[in-house]
Amino acid sequence: VITSPRVLLRSAVLGAGCSLCLVETALAQAPDRSKPPELGPPPALTLPPIARHTLSNGVTVLLLEKHQVPVVQVNLVARAGSAMDPDGKIGLASMTAAMLDEGAGRRDALAVADAVDYLGAQLGVTAEQHATTLSMHTPVSRLDSALAVFADVALRPAFSPEELERQRRQRLTALAQQHDEPRIVASVLFARVLYGENHPYGRRAGGVERSVRSFTVQDLQDFHQTWFRPDNAALIVVGDVRAEMILPRLETIFGGAQWGVAGGGGGGGGGRETPDPRWPEVSQVSRRRLYLVDIPGAAQTEVVVGRIGVSRSTPDYYSLVVMNTVLGGSFTSRLNQNLREDKGYSYGASSGFGFDRLAGPFSARSSVHTDVTDKALAEVMRELRRIRERVPGEELERAKNYVALRFPERFESVASIARQLGELYVYDLPLDYYNQYTRRILSVTARDVQRAAQQYLDPERSAIVLVGDRAKIEPGVKALKLGPVETMTVEEVLGPVPVMASIR
Amino acid sequence: MLLAQESATPPGGLAEASVPPPPRLSVPYTRFVLPNGLNVILHEDHSTPMVSVNVWYNVGSGREKPGRTGFAHLFEHIMFEGSGHVPEGKFDEWLEAAGGNNNGSTDGDRTNYWENIPANALDLALFLESDRMGYLVQAMSPEKVDGQRDVVKNERRQSFENRPYGMAWLTLPEHLYPAEHPYHWSTIGSMEDLSAASYEDVLEFFKRFYGPNNATLAIAGDIDPRRTRALVEKWFSDVKPGPAVAPFSAPPAVLNEERRVVLEDRVQLPRLYMAWHSPALLTPGDAELDVLANVLAGGKNSRLYKRLVYDMQIAQDVSAFQSSAALGSNFIIIATARSGHTLSELESVIQEEIERLKREPPSAREVRRAVNQFEAGFLDRLERIGGFGGKADQLNSYYLRTGNPDFFNEDLSRYHAIDPADVQAVAQSCLDEGRVLLSIVPEGKTELQAQPKRRAES
Repeated sequence: VITSPRVLLRSAVLGAGCSLCLVETALAQAPDRSKPPELGPPPALTLPPIARHTLSNGVTVLLLEKHQVPVVQVNLVARAGSAMDPDGKIGLASMTAAMLDEGAGRRDALAVADAVDYLGAQLGVTAEQHATTLSMHTPVSRLDSALAVFADVALRPAFSPEELERQRRQRLTALAQQHDEPRIVASVLFARVLYGENHPYGRRAGGVERSVRSFTVQDLQDFHQTWFRPDNAALIVVGDVRAEMILPRLETIFGGAQWGVAGGGGGGGGGRETPDPRWPEVSQVSRRRLYLVDIPGAAQTEVVVGRIGVSRSTPDYYSLVVMNTVLGGSFTSRLNQNLREDKGYSYGASSGFGFDRLAGPFSARSSVHTDVTDKALAEVMRELRRIRERVPGEELERAKNYVALRFPERFESVASIARQLGELYVYDLPLDYYNQYTRRILSVTARDVQRAAQQYLDPERSAIVLVGDRAKIEPGVKALKLGPVETMTVEEVLGPVPVMASIR
Repeated sequence: MLLAQESATPPGGLAEASVPPPPRLSVPYTRFVLPNGLNVILHEDHSTPMVSVNVWYNVGSGREKPGRTGFAHLFEHIMFEGSGHVPEGKFDEWLEAAGGNNNGSTDGDRTNYWENIPANALDLALFLESDRMGYLVQAMSPEKVDGQRDVVKNERRQSFENRPYGMAWLTLPEHLYPAEHPYHWSTIGSMEDLSAASYEDVLEFFKRFYGPNNATLAIAGDIDPRRTRALVEKWFSDVKPGPAVAPFSAPPAVLNEERRVVLEDRVQLPRLYMAWHSPALLTPGDAELDVLANVLAGGKNSRLYKRLVYDMQIAQDVSAFQSSAALGSNFIIIATARSGHTLSELESVIQEEIERLKREPPSAREVRRAVNQFEAGFLDRLERIGGFGGKADQLNSYYLRTGNPDFFNEDLSRYHAIDPADVQAVAQSCLDEGRVLLSIVPEGKTELQAQPKRRAES
């Protein structure tokens, strides 16, 4: 969706029930501004209980009641994503997801959209590496009708050939448009450099021209039937509903139905078991290397520095979250303070771990002014070295509090809560996980943070991707002597722009 | 709390079944005004142990003087760099150490700031907001201005210059508005003017526009109103009022003719922007244009999406929206051509659909479908207390624009009152020949632009 950036953020007659009264001339003393006010103890977040149920066919249900606003979020999370794309069919998970609402049950694509829009509901689907989430947000007054459409889309997608052709053209055009986006070019190259093209994390989740051209209706049906199964999916329900009302409905709609019977195809919810996927081993970045992608005339350079990180299940998770908050996870983090506030090289700089079922990437990133690319890169490298030293106490406490005390914000809207519950399912976390979260973050020590930084960050063995105006930035970058520099064009990263004449 | 009067859901209702009557929205508040003129709005919501503090200043980039475009936004950045009793860097550090988050934004009309904090940190947030409202200039220096000048220039590069089609938003206003109109320049401003902004400009702007009498403070969340009021009085009573600020106004902008503009950009596909002047925010016609935008380009069954993207498949995307603002709005349609197709092809289909809506009203179902979506959107906006678009932000927005912070139900009622003939009427009155047609084409491919053609004989 394109909207007007009328609003730039920093980093971007009286009504009923009102009482108006002017304050009597102030008896109030001037406040003490000599130091920030002392704060009392932070409030505890008491989460409403998360109820777990299992429908008769094995579908997991996670339910959290929240009654402040008459809306409800229903997500279906399947453990199926681009990490399960078959060889030669890169992007199949993503295309299957995109095709779910392009006709389902007795409705064609336009009728599905009309039904959802008329209800004022929002239906969305996203495919990640290990999960596909079909999400629906609706006023609770329309829940019955919305659930019927949602179930069709989840269980009975039509996968019609005509709609596949439409989506194929849409996707190939989107692949062409990626050539316009320096940020995407940088991300694609960085992932490939770290994981190689034989690993799902090194591939493009949206597919490439050749694979997108190859998808058939059978491919979609096979993927859906293989992975969208009762033992491989959870229903997440959050909002203004009562368990005793919604659970019988879910049982009727999702618990008895045969899953995976799509578009008249065979297969079904019984029979075969959900496969246990295996992925190739990857080797860590062994020496520092730079990749420079040329975009003549670019006003900024995209800078990405990093290496392979660690999986979501690591016992070091909390130490890494705190460490990353110090490094590049908040406004006052070192990367942002250095590159933005101190030097003025950038509008912002950040870092993060892609914690996933497998070890996702760690990266530090920024879009920096072309003229200072070398200086900005040197500062990023400096911060990656410096974080391996002991973090001072005040800085550590700030990072811990920032993560732990802000945590209740994630439990404000039903969509956000449902995302949290989806993570419990996808990453096999216990139901009381979030009740432990604040305490676990607050118990991280400076020693933990230093050990995590030394173990997982290594500026000497990292990949560096730069996307910008080569003629202007290459000399300065080479002078930093960070390692061999390989230069590339955008087409060498993304492949040739898909030839549209043959599409239509 | 939200009062929602819902009728029982029709049993076994299908998507086609009748939709229940609308909810009645209410966000109860208390309001008071300090002797220095600061308006204060309090709203309790104990859903989570969080509070949001939100301040709107009634000044935006439209108030900038000649040669200083971009200044209101640069000033917003400087507001985070410390104040009389808050050393540089501590605004963010202290908030983060308390588990707080913050941000600010600027547009043509206004500037807003918020802190989302755990309930125990309300005292801190009020100290910080009051200190920069009262004592910003005590801590100001030319170096601080220089620092944020560089940041904002990078924001301009990142959000506009280095973003595909990004220059559209710098170009459209220049052609829609005459040079002296406050919306002629974009909020981000020009590089030259950003370079020219000085320390003295900061002092002058602060004195003129950042007094408590030109601001409104909303606090929403897990609060005790009596105690909160005492805290507000404690922190804000010593802030000195500023001079009275004249109302923001300008003669209505009119385009009597079509203007065609072509830009070349580093993009694969050409994109067409059509922009008209339209009624101001919350004035008659504004909500109707929201509905018109939905009928034209909201969802797969909308007129333009269905023809251009779904049936003809000559466009990759199409969108339409009413971009509402205080002195007058813009109605904008945007479409990106698929490879092998020109913007002239898109333009002629879009024009056909506009003409059709002028000739005959949309169906009742199209209008109802749009209104149902807006209605649901109102519910969604009651879920969060803070951040951009949270309840505190909306209370301030409604207060500044209508005098009534709890304008939620009145706002929603505008949409319920719309019938198909109203939508037809705004299409007739608004989507006329006075418009800007901007073609952004791949470098060297100006033949893809929306070509001017001879006027129809009729």
